Amino acid sequence: MIVAVLQFPGSNCDQDVVHALGTVLGADARLVWHGDAGLPTGTDLVVLPGGFSYGDYLRSGAIAARSPIMVPVRAFAESGGTVLGICNGFQVLTEAGMLPGALLRNAGVQFVCRDVCLRVESQASALTARLQPGSLHVMPVAHREGNYFADEPTLAALEATGRVLLRYADPLTGEASREANPNGSAHGIAAIANKKGNVIGMMPHPERAVDAELGPVGGRVMLEGLLTEVRRRN
Amino acid sequence: MRARVTIVPRPEVLDPQGRAVAHALEGLGFGVVKGVRVGRIVDVELSDGLDRQAAEAKLEQMTRELLANLVIEDFRIDWLD
Repeated sequence: MIVAVLQFPGSNCDQDVVHALGTVLGADARLVWHGDAGLPTGTDLVVLPGGFSYGDYLRSGAIAARSPIMVPVRAFAESGGTVLGICNGFQVLTEAGMLPGALLRNAGVQFVCRDVCLRVESQASALTARLQPGSLHVMPVAHREGNYFADEPTLAALEATGRVLLRYADPLTGEASREANPNGSAHGIAAIANKKGNVIGMMPHPERAVDAELGPVGGRVMLEGLLTEVRRRN
Repeated sequence: MRARVTIVPRPEVLDPQGRAVAHALEGLGFGVVKGVRVGRIVDVELSDGLDRQAAEAKLEQMTRELLANLVIEDFRIDWLD
């Protein structure tokens, strides 16, 4: 199971992803430099980690989305390979046009760094295929631009086709309430997929929630499910 | 040749930054403020001697490809010389 973890100048969750998928979950997770022309032979999964690629210059993810490694990443996705963007990685995927919409400044303007509760909305992706719809998972968010935006027809299409994968929810009631939404994201969206369901973007950090010693472990079951599902599909 | 690309959030896009600035202006007593939108200016210097029409087409292309995100932003190009 080879996982290519992309490394852009300014990525800062790349080592966390390698730790979670490699050390904790046993995959062969390798760092791949943004300037590289290709992915490792036999890559099963590509992860775009969080951070501040290119210092968030211009717009979050804008410059990383145009870097050389994105050419083979796009080809990998087009041939059906699974691509997961976390936080800044999600921003990169929207900037690359591989996911619809954009991530705006948080409605409260400030950087938000805290645990959130996520409700599984759809199993139509490798990330959520093995999770119970309606189940709740706790992990942190840490971002300033996590406010998902898309025009109404796009949002309606995402909802109608099960491409909203995760929504921010109240940990006690499971309601996708306004209070549970940390950034003003449209429809409380925390994660979406593309039409084929193989390109996934999420703002929360599952890789930061895999060790019980360090806090919630909501990310562990999610990433375990992802690896199992990618292994089955490949 | 120098051109200025002015990029602003589209009218239907919420601009939390603009809202915060408007709120601060109100706090300073500028009750006349009805709204603020915060955008970005990119000044681009191009090789001299380019045909202006061709240069503008190039500028528009680079704005669409990188400088602006047309999902959330509008832009305008002005010549500075």
